[in-house]
Amino acid sequence: MSHTPFIWAAYSIGTVVLLWCALAPLSRKKSAIRDIRRIIQTEERSNDSNP
Amino acid sequence: MTREKSSASLSGAFYALLRRDLLLAFRRRTELLFPVIFLLVVVSLFPLGIGPGPQLLARIAPGVIWIAALLATVISLDGLFRSDFEDGTLEQFVISGHPLTLISLAKICAHWLVAGLPIVLLCPLLALWMNLPVESLGVLMLTLALGTPVLSLIGSIGVGLTISLKRGGQLLSLLVFPLYVPILIIATAAVMAASDGLPYTQFLGLLTAGLITSVTLAPFAAAAALKISLS
Amino acid sequence: MTTETAIQNKPRKNALVMFIHKMGSPPWFYNFSGKLVPWLWAVFCSLAAWALYLGLFKAPADYLQGESFRIMYIHVPSAWMSMMIYTSMAIMGFIALVWRIRIVEVLAMSSAPVGAAFTFVALASGSLWGRPTWGTYWVWDARLTSELVLLFLYLGVIGLYNAIDEPRKAARAACLLAIVGAVNLPIIHYSVKWWNTLHQGSSISVTGGSNIDPSMLWPLLIMALAVKFYYGANLLTRARVRLLEQDKRKAWVRKVIGEDKS
Repeated sequence: MSHTPFIWAAYSIGTVVLLWCALAPLSRKKSAIRDIRRIIQTEERSNDSNP
Repeated sequence: MTREKSSASLSGAFYALLRRDLLLAFRRRTELLFPVIFLLVVVSLFPLGIGPGPQLLARIAPGVIWIAALLATVISLDGLFRSDFEDGTLEQFVISGHPLTLISLAKICAHWLVAGLPIVLLCPLLALWMNLPVESLGVLMLTLALGTPVLSLIGSIGVGLTISLKRGGQLLSLLVFPLYVPILIIATAAVMAASDGLPYTQFLGLLTAGLITSVTLAPFAAAAALKISLS
Repeated sequence: MTTETAIQNKPRKNALVMFIHKMGSPPWFYNFSGKLVPWLWAVFCSLAAWALYLGLFKAPADYLQGESFRIMYIHVPSAWMSMMIYTSMAIMGFIALVWRIRIVEVLAMSSAPVGAAFTFVALASGSLWGRPTWGTYWVWDARLTSELVLLFLYLGVIGLYNAIDEPRKAARAACLLAIVGAVNLPIIHYSVKWWNTLHQGSSISVTGGSNIDPSMLWPLLIMALAVKFYYGANLLTRARVRLLEQDKRKAWVRKVIGEDKS
């Protein structure tokens, strides 16, 4: 029996999981920054409307 | 003088709290029976699920009874601090200046008397159902007597951590079961060794060591967990 | 930077104490770690590439296990990391509970998902290694079983942290759970090991023979070093995001975001 498919499977699972683990915070960071920008905008708008 | 007085008041508070909890538990007798009935039902499901072969049942009996005991303990654990947390009694205790460690130790003792001791007393019946050899029944009872307090003690930490959650019960089992692994392994190994006619005292020694360690450490951890949950 | 000047105006203390003091302030930590993260990723990538080149192409096939031993270069470092990250999480949890430092709380909680990922990789690669060696994907081998229990412990910490709404309370509860788990972990490990010998289980031998050839050992050691940089980079990235999320309405976050825009 050839062992190569098992090696490939092990390394691809490892790569996918570790890559996902590394990239997941980046998308969270994007949405966090979007949230913060929204908070800043709403505050600026309310400041403009009643100075 | 003052130290004697304070230690007297400490043990007084301990026994008062223990008595109160037991009284409260006996006032709700039907609720008290739920974990016991649960245990009986779970164990009776195994012969139905895998067939009534006496030898197979005897082989898996220690594991089945112990796993059923773990499940029954976790089911009853949720009530350990729940009512006192929700009606603010726990906060009152803390404000009254009694150490939280002592309070949790008293409540753990009450929990074991209400939920753990019935398991120990019921195990002859369970052993009969599971066709466990009579010689190993004594060892099974001993492991349960030494092991169920440890389950209550370790479980109290998990309860303290999840008490502020509305649906903490499901999470509690995830937190607590991995911590029960060593007890399960040692206790079932003791019973299996006794069934095979091998020496088993070393396992009972390990269980006793586990009991002593958890009695000394777990109440502190449970108190710390409660403090976090109360904050 | 107002915070930096405020710190610099204080009387000078020991450099290390100063450093720890500064690391405790979220904006300083955010900026400092932001500079560090790309370097950590770069070191990880180059070390991992080197180790994989040595391990997958240069090292000769093992005479007992054939090619399948090459799974070792991902399985063993992940298993080591899963234990190490749990330990470091528990130590940070202890520091966080005793001294109530928020950055350390955030770091401890950011460790948990990374550790769980490594544990998962160790389990998956272990069972894929088991197929050619044992002929089946899963055997209740001591190492795999304790990795499985470790995964449950990680999931408990992550689950508790996510279940409590208030972030600081959640972090402190989960830190306490991590400490309790760390106290139990050696007991679980040894009891599982002993349980395995009791029931005559099998175990993958990592080395194959009694002596491991240096050409097989070096890639393993380099890989083990590389994943530590992965952990560092991933940990800091996660901690920075958590800080941003928790401090949404604070002035320093506003400033950081404003600087990013320009």
